[in-house]
Amino acid sequence: MREVWAVAGKDLRIEMRSKVVASQVLPFAVIVLVLFGLALDADRGTLRSFTPGLFWVTVLFVAILTIQRSVSIETASSAFEALRLSGTAGWKIFAGKALAVAAQLLAIEAVMLLGVVVLYRSSFEDPVLVVTAALAATMAIATAGSLYGVLAVGMGVRDTILPMLLLPILAPVLVAATRAFDDGLSTAAVNGWAWCSLLACFALLYAIVGGVAYAVVLEDA
Amino acid sequence: MDIAVEVDRAVVLLDRFPALAELDLTLPTGSVSLVQGPNGAGKTTLLRLLAGLATLDSGSARVLGFDVATQRRQVRASVGMLSPDAMLYEDLSILENLTFWAALGRHETDSVDAALERVGMTSVADQSVRSLSTGQRRRAALAAVAVRRPRLWLLDEPHAGLDQAGRTIVDDLVSDAIRAGATVIVASHELDRVRPLATHVLTVAGGVVHRAEVVNSGSGVANA
Repeated sequence: MREVWAVAGKDLRIEMRSKVVASQVLPFAVIVLVLFGLALDADRGTLRSFTPGLFWVTVLFVAILTIQRSVSIETASSAFEALRLSGTAGWKIFAGKALAVAAQLLAIEAVMLLGVVVLYRSSFEDPVLVVTAALAATMAIATAGSLYGVLAVGMGVRDTILPMLLLPILAPVLVAATRAFDDGLSTAAVNGWAWCSLLACFALLYAIVGGVAYAVVLEDA
Repeated sequence: MDIAVEVDRAVVLLDRFPALAELDLTLPTGSVSLVQGPNGAGKTTLLRLLAGLATLDSGSARVLGFDVATQRRQVRASVGMLSPDAMLYEDLSILENLTFWAALGRHETDSVDAALERVGMTSVADQSVRSLSTGQRRRAALAAVAVRRPRLWLLDEPHAGLDQAGRTIVDDLVSDAIRAGATVIVASHELDRVRPLATHVLTVAGGVVHRAEVVNSGSGVANA
C-alpha cells in the first residue's frame, strides 16, 4: 500500500502547491450552483425539488475538470512513462490516482452542500444517508474517471473527448446518487438506502474494472 | 561471463517504420557501452526496448535475465533510464520528487540523500523543479535515476545541457554504477566524452548494430 499512498499524496501535494482545483474548479462549481439558482429562482419549490439532480450534474462537470487535471499532472511532465518505468503495479497507481481525485471531489462537494443549503434552502433530513451516498458516488466517479482519463490520453485525441467517454458511463451513478439525495434531502419519497447500495455496487465494479484494466491502458498513455 | 543484455533479431516498428530492424546485441554485465550513430539510427529506440518501454514486434530481448516481452515489470524495476524529458513534477521540490520515486521503487530515504549529494544538489533540494535551470533539471533527473539503484543504466544523451561540473558528475555516476556491479549503456553524440569510459562501442545505423567493438577491457571507471 506504500505505493498507493505515495501516488495519492503526490497528487494532493501538487494540488496544494498549484491550487488549480481550489482556485479554478471550486469557483466553477459555485458559479454553476448560483446560475441554476438564478434560472429557477422564480419557483422556489421547483428549485428545491430539483436540488439533488442539479447538485449531481454539477458534480459531474466538476469531476471532468478534476480528472483532466489529474491526467495533466502526468502528461505535463512525461510522467506516465516514468510511472511505467517504476515497475509499480498498475492497480496501485490507479488506486492512488483515484483516491486523490476522490479526496478533491469530496472537498468540493462539502462546499457545494453548504451552497445548496444557503442558496436553495435545502435541509438534510437524513445526513447519514447524504454523506454515505456522496462517498459511494464519489468513489464511483473517481474510479471510472481515473481509468477513462488515462484511456483518453492513450487514444491520442484532445482531452475534450473525456466527457464523451465518461458521461455515458456515469449516467447510472448520476441517477442513483440523485435518488439517494432525494431521500436524504426529502425532496421525493424514495428508498434512499437502496439507491445508496446500488451506488456502492457501482463504486466496487468500477474499482475492480479500473484496477484490472489500468495497467493495460497505461501502456498506451 | 554474465550476460546483461541479449537481443536477437529484434524488430521494433514505430508507425510501421522499422526503428529497429533485426538488431542483434550481446553485452556482458559490468560493461559500459557507448551507442553512437546519426539521428534516427535507432539509438533511443534501442534504449527504450531495453527499458521495457518499446514493444517488440519480432525477435527477442532479455535484460538482466528477464524477457522484455513477457516480464516487463521485472525489467522496468531493474533498469534506470535517463531520457531527454526530465520526468519530474514541476510543482514539487527536487527532494519531494526523489522521495516519491524512491517510495515507488520501495527504496529507503537514505538513497535519496545519497543521490542528492552525488549530483551536488543537497543545498537546493527544497527548491521546486519549476525554478530550476536546464542543467539543474538534468542533474535532478540523474538523481532520480540514481535513487532507484538500477542494475542497468540507460542514459540517453546524459551530458546534454550540463556544464563542466555536471558532465564530471555524469562520468562519476557511471563509474560508481560500474563499481557497484551495474551495467551502463550510453547513447551519445559526445564521443570524446564517453569513449574513455566505454568498454564497448556500438555503431547503430538503420536500426541495426553496424559495428560492435570492444575498445577497453578495463573497468569503465573514469579517470578524474
